Amino acid sequence: MSPHSTHAVPGVSGILKRHWRLVLYPVGMIPAVWLVWQGQHGALGADPVNVFERSLGLWAFRFLLACLALAPLRRFTGLNLLRYRRLTGLLAFFYASLHLLAYVGLDHGFDWSVLWVDITHRYFIILGMSALVLLIPLALTSNALSMRLLRRRWKFLHRLIYPAAILAGIHFFLSFKTLNSVSAPYLAALALILLSRFLPRSRTGNGI
Amino acid sequence: MALFRYPRPLPSEITPRDMYLSRRSLIGGAAALGAVSATADAETLQTHPGPYSGNLTPTPHEDVTHYNNFYEFGMGKADPATQSQAFHPLPWTLEITGLVRRPVRLDVEQLLRSPAIEERIYRMRCVEAWSMVIPWDGIPLAMLLKDADPDPRATHVAFESIVRPSEMPGQNEALSGIQWPYVEGLRLDEAMNPLTLLALGIYGETLPNQTGAPLRLVVPWKYGFKGIKSIQRIRLLDHEPPTTWNRLAPDEYGFYANVNPQVDHPRWSQATERVIGAHSLFGATRQPTLMFNGYGEQVADLYRGMDLRKNF
Repeated sequence: MSPHSTHAVPGVSGILKRHWRLVLYPVGMIPAVWLVWQGQHGALGADPVNVFERSLGLWAFRFLLACLALAPLRRFTGLNLLRYRRLTGLLAFFYASLHLLAYVGLDHGFDWSVLWVDITHRYFIILGMSALVLLIPLALTSNALSMRLLRRRWKFLHRLIYPAAILAGIHFFLSFKTLNSVSAPYLAALALILLSRFLPRSRTGNGI
Repeated sequence: MALFRYPRPLPSEITPRDMYLSRRSLIGGAAALGAVSATADAETLQTHPGPYSGNLTPTPHEDVTHYNNFYEFGMGKADPATQSQAFHPLPWTLEITGLVRRPVRLDVEQLLRSPAIEERIYRMRCVEAWSMVIPWDGIPLAMLLKDADPDPRATHVAFESIVRPSEMPGQNEALSGIQWPYVEGLRLDEAMNPLTLLALGIYGETLPNQTGAPLRLVVPWKYGFKGIKSIQRIRLLDHEPPTTWNRLAPDEYGFYANVNPQVDHPRWSQATERVIGAHSLFGATRQPTLMFNGYGEQVADLYRGMDLRKNF
């Protein structure tokens, strides 16, 4: 299928081509490192915990959207980046987990009495929490072994990303007091990606 | 009513005056180059310490003026400071009309020279669960309302802000669904409470554009959004007026909006608040929120017998 995956290409570019994960995973974590660095150096402003927590959530949503966008991207433009689905999906899970940790630890100082009421009573929190819970089995089975063992069920299981994205989208929308020009483009992107699933298969679409 | 000592903040807590002055000379220099409107320049107010300031340490000037909500200038917390340069707060006329025997039109430039201006250091609790301590300079609202001589039929006070999309970029944001002008309201007895302040300055200087120049409401026992900014019109009414956030989300923001740690916002707890000003991610603090934001002694009587869960 892909010519470069089977035989060795010499040189640095060859190494990068074969081990792109080693490069891209750290690259994907740069925003998190940057946020922590800013936070420790007073660069997140007057309400650093809030900015930190929200930024992590936004990065989780960005990677989730990127992951979801890869299939329609190939379908409508022919550009095949499907091999980055695991990378973007795992990064989404990574940022969502940090987002949760920031909310539980930094924002609420592990105050379980407050957190319990949040988790059991507030639809805003419940939605975000559910999205993360749905991503857990996807992260756990995002390896070749699970794909082999689960076979057809793996594909079915990984459709959970769609309800997770919808829940995360509503949670994201609710994190602002009103709709606005910051949140609207992300929500529009999510809506487009989801709608594209229902578009009829185009005959001119190439079969890459 | 309790007798309040008037403890001044520690000198070390206040940004040194020459630091402001040097900052302002920078702004002034930029203004001379035409980069910044000269109206953004703050002027010193003649002010004197007033009551109710308690034993509070003000939040640094930089945070008070660079972290706030003023949706007329954008939805981000830093937007008001960066996007309010084009706003011209003066000249300005404040109208007090409606059910009054003596309608008033006040020239705000004159009001800024009033000897009645006093300093009030108040806690400010945002409905978003963060808080500051702000040294306001202003005139008790009751003083101005008495001048207008309210009609006995008057039960409520309605406040109206300004619509100036050419100077207020946030008013062009169609997505938010906010109807301009921003409107707020109080019951007449709330408006007449000695704590209720018409602020003309902070930190001894005229209000910067981003904090509601040239004059704004401060109601320290209520959530910050009740403190309507850049007020043009005050009307006395015989009914409860509509208020901006209540109109947008009636289940989340009530007319009263009293700070109440026992009544949560549907999306988050109001029991505690993030204290603004720590700047370090791992050194930030949360503190318990006080009933009526700590002003119960002055205002609890206003709500005796009311179900504050229903009238949130």
